[in-house]
Amino acid sequence: MATTVSEFRAQQASGAHAAHADPTGWRRYLLSTNHKDIGTLYILFAIVGGLVGGGMSFFMRLELQEPHIQVFTHLAQYLNGASPDMAVDAAKNLYNVFITAHGLIMIFFMVMPALIGGFGNWFVPIMIGAPDMAFPRMNNISFWLLPAALLLAVVSMLVEGAPGMLGFGGGWVLYPPLSSTIGHPGPAMDFLILSIHIAGASSILGAINFITTIFNMRAPGMTLHKMPLFVWSILVTAFLLVLTLPVLAGAITMLLTDRNFGTTFFDPAGGGDPLLFQHLFWFFGHPEVYIVILPGFGVISQIISTFSKKPIFGYLGMAYAMVAIGVVGFVVWAHHMYTVGLSLEAQRYFVFATMVIAVPTGVKIFSWIATMWGGSISFRAPMLWAIGFIFLFTVGGVTGVVLANAGADRLFHETYYVVAHFHYTLSLGATFAVFAGFYYWFPKMTGYLYNETIAKAHFWVTFISVNLTFFPQHFLGLAGMPRRYIDYPDAFTLWNRVSSSGTYLSAVGLVLFLYLIYDAFARKRLAGNNPWGPGATTLEWTLPSPPPFHTFETLPRFEAVEH
Amino acid sequence: MTLLRKPFRLGATTGRGLVPVLAASASLLMLAGSFAAVPLYRLFCAATGFAGATVVADRPPDSRGARDIIVRLDANVAPGLPWTFVPETPQVKLRTGEPITVFYRATNTSDRPTTAVAMYNVTPDTAGAYFSKIACFCFDAQKLAPRESLELPVAFFLDPALEQDRSMAEVRSVTLSYTLFPAKGEKAAEVLPRGER
Repeated sequence: MATTVSEFRAQQASGAHAAHADPTGWRRYLLSTNHKDIGTLYILFAIVGGLVGGGMSFFMRLELQEPHIQVFTHLAQYLNGASPDMAVDAAKNLYNVFITAHGLIMIFFMVMPALIGGFGNWFVPIMIGAPDMAFPRMNNISFWLLPAALLLAVVSMLVEGAPGMLGFGGGWVLYPPLSSTIGHPGPAMDFLILSIHIAGASSILGAINFITTIFNMRAPGMTLHKMPLFVWSILVTAFLLVLTLPVLAGAITMLLTDRNFGTTFFDPAGGGDPLLFQHLFWFFGHPEVYIVILPGFGVISQIISTFSKKPIFGYLGMAYAMVAIGVVGFVVWAHHMYTVGLSLEAQRYFVFATMVIAVPTGVKIFSWIATMWGGSISFRAPMLWAIGFIFLFTVGGVTGVVLANAGADRLFHETYYVVAHFHYTLSLGATFAVFAGFYYWFPKMTGYLYNETIAKAHFWVTFISVNLTFFPQHFLGLAGMPRRYIDYPDAFTLWNRVSSSGTYLSAVGLVLFLYLIYDAFARKRLAGNNPWGPGATTLEWTLPSPPPFHTFETLPRFEAVEH
Repeated sequence: MTLLRKPFRLGATTGRGLVPVLAASASLLMLAGSFAAVPLYRLFCAATGFAGATVVADRPPDSRGARDIIVRLDANVAPGLPWTFVPETPQVKLRTGEPITVFYRATNTSDRPTTAVAMYNVTPDTAGAYFSKIACFCFDAQKLAPRESLELPVAFFLDPALEQDRSMAEVRSVTLSYTLFPAKGEKAAEVLPRGER
């Protein structure tokens, strides 16, 4: 308020202005302080992360298609230079490294950059009528820390972990003692810890930026209760990030000092307790799954409303359902640890608290359906992805209620039933939200229309293939197949074959996706301000596509916003 | 849309104020909290017997309880410590409230003096709160000369209050487990490098 235009110009005349006005070439991105360019970088980074992490899962399914070990022996010789007589051991290690890296990359380097960094950066400022993020330079650092983190994660796979082996293969949960010097004495784990530190710092800085932007920079008239639900989802997510990532940072710092400086936080020899790491990890880890899915909820809400041409049903209930999920998400962490010997009372509490989360989640699912109910629905590609999301997330939610029972969890713990559950919610739920948002905002971000036929083909191929991949894993888990193993008894062959065939089909979907991007840029069909029609009521659709470099330099004012 | 004459507000009013400070402080507070969790977790375990932590008592209770419970004795040696370590009896049967002393035997099988510390817990975890130790070798570090052998006593009783705990209703036996670790100070000389443990 205090700064007038002339004062502002005077400040900028000192030289900073030239850098941020219209930088070109690589400087535009490397030195970017523009939320749209940084959002674009995040999305490109997420595509790369998704291809790497998804490629790993492709090889895992290739290996699991048949019993015995056949693919990773060659992969270990090719990637790790393992000698043929050591190839089987190296293959087992490499498989463990792959499952670890697949999990971490998909969470930290695919879903979070896409939903929070990508769509969040692009559309939170626009949706609330702000010219940019509150801390544009910090935004730049938030992004550029991520490639550094990914690089450290890749380096971790190329240096010694377990004796004589490359990489860290202890799973994404990083439990000691497997992750301490007993299990992985080599530097691979240290590189991984540093990678997670840096990715975490990136996310915390980004979250502080979002919170400040949303609280301080809403245009006049844009009250908290008028914000689009996507902005609400990012706000809740940012709070979760600020409150939980430091706990992970603390836990892995203790692990780092245990490994290198002789402390014994998790080492019983010095009075520590490895179980404490699990508590700290899941105090982060459970809110983390909501960090991954809540922005997806926000994206889906925008899309369902747009293509049903109705305001979202129960707007306030939808917003506070996300707040409730975020809050309750902090007090359910030990449902990941039913088998560690919790007292019966503790288990009873965590069962109950976990099931309570089904209530606000149900509010969201039913409100989406109620929004569609009686709406004039157009089944464009983003809407298909959004409906696919609701279906898949509900399946994952139902198995989640099953797993919330401590008694049932004893049977399903560390089996493919759990794998199927969290892939239905996160892999399929979050990824469908990513694709839904991508198709929804692609015309806005690029100015070009994508090919609707290819987009729909991509949806159907992916929808069928992911169900083919993950639904049989319920059967495998119920039959007792444990997760994280490279091999299995041949009784499990049938459903593993089906599951693998689904993965190959989903690769076809990815090829369609990449071709669609090429096609859109090659043909340059102009999108116009609002390709979706009257249902698209949020502010980004009032701007040209793509929006100009600087938007809302003069703030829009809201008299009334319908949701 | 009313146009307000407001320029691009880079750092003018937006980045200032309480919100970013509070958000950053919350982060730092949670970081501090994660480290505070270490002593708090230990206190919590000691207070509740969580994770099989046992209780220390001065003297046995005046009255006996009504339940007989088997206490199994378990002994382990961590890699890197050249000792053998066994209980003198595999299990004892005792009445709740009845004090008892059991012995473990530790032998240094190497040709150098070695110091060890014992870590312990009981299973089921919920029994920890009722497992009261009056005296235990595990309270101190143990030093053995080359080839020396030593009897290590533990005096304990089971608190009769366990009879009122529903989660103990089905428990017929409790396992007391010790693991001897090389004492921290001398690991450089006596223990294999950490990587080879």
